[in-house]
Amino acid sequence: MSETGSHNDMAEPEEHLPATHGAHGAEAAVPGDPFANPGHPEHEYRRQDIDEKAAKHSERVVAGLFTLSMLGTLAFITSFVIFPVDKYVYIFPLGHVSALNFSLGISLAVALLGIGTGAVHWARTLMSDEEMPDDRHQADADDELRANIEAQWKQGAKESAFGRRKLVRTTMLGALTLVPLSAVVILRDLGPMPQDKLRHTAWAKGKALINPNTNKPLRPEDIPVGSLTFAQPEGLNEEDEDFQQQIAKAALMVVRLKPEDIKDKKELDWSHQGIVAFSKICTHVGCPVSLYEQQTHHVLCPCHQSTFDLSDGARVIFGPAGHRLPQLRISVNGEGNLVAMSDFEVPVGPAFWERG
Amino acid sequence: MKKLSARRRHPLAALVVLLFALAATGGLYAALAPAPKAQADDSSQSIQISEGKKLFSVGCASCHGARGQGSSDGPSLVGVGSAAVDFQVGTGRMPAQQPGPQIQKKPGQYTQGQIDQLAAFIASLGPGPVTPTSDQYDPAGGDSAKGGELFRTNCSQCHNFVGKGGALTDGKYAPTLKGVDPKHIYEAMQTGPQNMPSFPDTTMPSQAKADIIAYLQAVDTADSKNPGGFTLGSLGPVPEGLFAYIFGLGALIAVATWVAARTTKAKKS
Repeated sequence: MSETGSHNDMAEPEEHLPATHGAHGAEAAVPGDPFANPGHPEHEYRRQDIDEKAAKHSERVVAGLFTLSMLGTLAFITSFVIFPVDKYVYIFPLGHVSALNFSLGISLAVALLGIGTGAVHWARTLMSDEEMPDDRHQADADDELRANIEAQWKQGAKESAFGRRKLVRTTMLGALTLVPLSAVVILRDLGPMPQDKLRHTAWAKGKALINPNTNKPLRPEDIPVGSLTFAQPEGLNEEDEDFQQQIAKAALMVVRLKPEDIKDKKELDWSHQGIVAFSKICTHVGCPVSLYEQQTHHVLCPCHQSTFDLSDGARVIFGPAGHRLPQLRISVNGEGNLVAMSDFEVPVGPAFWERG
Repeated sequence: MKKLSARRRHPLAALVVLLFALAATGGLYAALAPAPKAQADDSSQSIQISEGKKLFSVGCASCHGARGQGSSDGPSLVGVGSAAVDFQVGTGRMPAQQPGPQIQKKPGQYTQGQIDQLAAFIASLGPGPVTPTSDQYDPAGGDSAKGGELFRTNCSQCHNFVGKGGALTDGKYAPTLKGVDPKHIYEAMQTGPQNMPSFPDTTMPSQAKADIIAYLQAVDTADSKNPGGFTLGSLGPVPEGLFAYIFGLGALIAVATWVAARTTKAKKS
């Protein structure tokens, strides 16, 4: 395979025929010169070149591999036809796997590997392996050619009158400068600007905290110390078109601490009887943080190990996050359900350019 | 003996001696270590409590206080309920073997009868979550599709999306849920053992817990079906990519090197 391409080189057509190998070798025999060019080593033959029986054997191996590939393809089609999509088989050590997927994968592997290994074996044992050296030629063009091209270039510049007709030159440069602006306009118009969407979530004053497990409003007595509950704003429906965008910003985790354990004054003020509600979106790059440890009150982000202390205003105590988790101010309404007192005071999630 | 002595400098001699030593130590431990004693289950509630109190005084009071009031070495057990006792003692976490970031699961030290007695005693100290009945946690009574949704919302952040577990802070971790008794999974949700938050019936109804257990039975047992084949521990796309890079590309490089290293020439040099 190493000799590929040498036939196509245009330079130096008459050298490097196999017959010249002996001549190269002869150059090496200058006595007393340790740096003499040893020339190319003599060609060595393979068994298949000498022994026709070995060559026949290689031919049968290659043909066998190609036949194996055909059988693989037939097995692929057969398994596609016979295995239903929900049939499972036990295969050690993979466990209970889909018979269809497994047989398709194995038979396609056999079909492709049969072609690949057959081609490699063919190339190595039967195709010609004569060395065909192709010495490097001079990389730069000769002086005459260079002078010729330079003269042509100068003549072209003169004939175009690029230097003389200033109006043509200037307007052409102007046109080339302006044309990329069309790309700026088109790319700028890829979608609407985010406006203030990064600053607001679906939470608003009076919106009840809905437990996604039951789709019912959360009540303070439902939430004992040490529990973890999630909440979504009232009126947000899973069937809504923008549900994913809204829940991605509004996701909330609700925990209850003993009021005497809360170290941050503002956190205590914004809580209801020790029930605190924090954004579930990490302020680093926006992963959902809810690996809550109920004894330490730490919340860990699984992506980059940012850790927040929920007993101290969700202060960052470890990791790359730059801001506290935003807290949602909560209270109870007349029906005894937990409600938000406002939207989050600061934008949720990671920092962005214009964030104040 | 002479034959043995002649081979004492064999490269594998040290390994053989080590294996013998390990086998002897293990065998001695198995023979001499105290085995948990079986005890008959007494029925009456007051007998249960008084028997539980006796067991508590022997096995638990040194850390949790003579009346379960807690001490510097262990939390108060007033109001934790029988479900917490059944979980902690049933999974072998209690009595704790040694202090550390997290108390480990280990083979149980008490029979179920003894655990029930301990649970009856602790339940008598104050109201708390009650040990569930088998129809509450039976996976057959749950909807695994709904359970999957609940699991991904409430549990997967720590326990991985099919319950393989994961790391927490300072050496703590969420354990794997594979092979855990459905009753213990139910109790863990009820009571929130150690650093796990609780998911009480008020926010996660009993039916939701059964759904979650049904989901885990569907995805995290030896009989679970894997349409994609090899799960690689269900650790997600990053380990899968790493596996493909290291073993897939590694195999290609190894085969290419092997092919190129072997000469086809008749005269081997």
